Parts: sequence; C-alpha cells; structure tokens
Amino acid sequence: MAPSAKTRRSVITTAGAALLIGASGLSIPARAQSFAPTPTMRGGANNYRPGAPIVERIGNGGFWTIGTVRRAGDGAPLPGRRIQVWAHTTEGHERDERSHGATLTDINGVFRIEMPQIVPAFGQPHGHLAYDANYDDGGFETVFLRPVMARASDTELHVEFVLQPL
Amino acid sequence: MTLRNSLIWVALALAIAVPIIAAAQSPLLQWRDPIYIIAGFSGVLALALLLVQPLMILEALPGAPGRRIHVWTGVGLVLAVAVHVAGLWITSPPDVVDVLLFRSPTPFAVWGVVAMWAVFIAAFLAAVRKRIGLRLWRLAHSVAVTVIITGTVVHAWLVEGAMEVFTKGALCLMVLGAGAYALRQRRVWRMFR
Repeated sequence: MAPSAKTRRSVITTAGAALLIGASGLSIPARAQSFAPTPTMRGGANNYRPGAPIVERIGNGGFWTIGTVRRAGDGAPLPGRRIQVWAHTTEGHERDERSHGATLTDINGVFRIEMPQIVPAFGQPHGHLAYDANYDDGGFETVFLRPVMARASDTELHVEFVLQPL
Repeated sequence: MTLRNSLIWVALALAIAVPIIAAAQSPLLQWRDPIYIIAGFSGVLALALLLVQPLMILEALPGAPGRRIHVWTGVGLVLAVAVHVAGLWITSPPDVVDVLLFRSPTPFAVWGVVAMWAVFIAAFLAAVRKRIGLRLWRLAHSVAVTVIITGTVVHAWLVEGAMEVFTKGALCLMVLGAGAYALRQRRVWRMFR
C-alpha cells in the first residue's frame, strides 16, 4: 500500500504545484504591478547636457529613435514627458551640443525623434536617452539609458521607459 | 642579407602594415575628430607592437639586436597605451573615467584597462630588474606579459571600431601565437623545478 499512497501523494503534489504555477503565471499579465520601473543604465548619463532644447529634429536626420514612456505599476502611458536623446552620429561627437535634442511624448506616451545616423563610438553603436525630473513637471524619478544597437547598420532605435512615481 | 632573411623582415612589416592600412580605410574615421583617430590608431599600434616584442626577445629577426630593440619597443608600447587612453579621455572624459574605475557598461573595457596596468607593471619591472633579482624579474615580467597579451587581444577583438575584422583577427592570432611561442621558448618555469 505504501507505494500507491506515495504515488497518489506525489500526483496530488505535482498537480497542485502545476495548478499554482499555472494560476500565478496566468495572473502575471493581468496584475497591475507587472510594469517594473526601468533602471538607469551604467554610463547612461555620460555627456548628458541638462536642458538641451526641444527640437523638430537633431541635425539633418535620417535615423529614428522611437519609444514609449509609461508609469510603473499600471503601465499607463505618460503624455507630455520630456526625453533628451544624444549619440555619436555622422554629424558630431556625443559631447557636441549639436548632437543633443529633446522631444515630448504624445497623448499615447510615444516619442519619435529624428537624428543623424548613429555610428559606432567607444567600441559600440549606441545611443543615450534621459528622462530628467528637473526638466519636467516632476512626479517621476530621473532615468538615464544607454541602449546598444543590434547592428551598426540599423536606422532605428526602440527604447521603452517605465518611470517610477516619486 | 639573404633572400630568406629579407623575406622574414618583409613578412613582419606586412603583418603590421596591412591591419593598419585596412583600419585607415574605415568609414568610421570620417565622423571622428583627429584626436579620437590618433587615440584609436595608438591602440592598433600597441596591438601590433605585441607582435614585435616576442620576436625581438627571441632574437628571431636576422641581423637585428633583438634584445635592445625589445627594450625600445617596450617604451613605445607604454607611450602608445598612454596616447590611446589620453586621446579617448579628451574625446569623452566620462566614458574613460568609468573604464578606469571598472564601472563601464562595455564588456571590452575591463580587458583593456587590465592590460594597460600590466603594460605599466611590465615596464616598471624592466626598469628595476637589476634590483629585484633574476628569478623574480623573469617570473613577474612573464606573468605581466601573459596578462598583456590576453587582455589586449580580447579587448581589441570585442571592440567594434576602425579595425577591419579579418585583418584584426589575423593580427590577434599572430600576437597570441608569437607570445605563446616566446613564453614557451624562454621556459621561465624551469627556474622553479
């Protein structure tokens, strides 16, 4: 009898565990806390220019940096948030003023800014983005990002911000 | 000089010149300031000098006072590394500060900075070698050299920069091969048997 009891118990345990995992797994997408805040990346703030102006586009364009800004927790899109973008491009080094520009998110929390083609610098093709609480009406923590492009030939960079309410 | 000897010199010259010429054709250069270009090519030169160093210490090049050249090539290597770091610092100070403090997001940076310190240590040991004794000198210099070669090759290989990928790979393999051969020929570990 002992083996069969053990077997029944293990069946129940396994089924129970499977149910728990399944239930919790199903519940994750529906849960409000699923939008974890985006952490600042190492080196993200390098060559940042506080208060770089909002521009139609940076330089002569040709490359798009596109993304969304959402609120941590419920993931609600955040309109009117100021995002600064800068990079080493075909028109200038990262530290150059002309390589920087800012834009605002639209009603859906989406931002799109055109800029010159990003080229590899300091060993990687990468961009920089900032959400700076000091140049916004506040309410969210400052975040600096340094995404690396999959290929230097890419002509778009997609970036997601999830901001932590203060 | 015999034909064979001439060919050895030509081969070394080509091994160094071809990757440098290939890097000079990089489209990235047109979007870089002169100081950044100088910094990059100092790094390429430093990698190339790592091919010269083992060949010189082995007196492998006919007609050359190899050991004496090894000393001066070593001085050149220290200078090349200094120009590499200084030029990058001028180009983007916060990125270089991050690298030197081991907090850079780039995976290749730590290899480069470790190799840099190993270059300085290897040169310092050479300067004080008569005061530290033969055994310590040979062992410590060989350990530093092993770190230099490994760190530099990994650093160079991971960087997406001006060097053309095939000539970079070939130069890296030659540096690894020549370095390993020289360390084997020198048999430093024999002293500890």
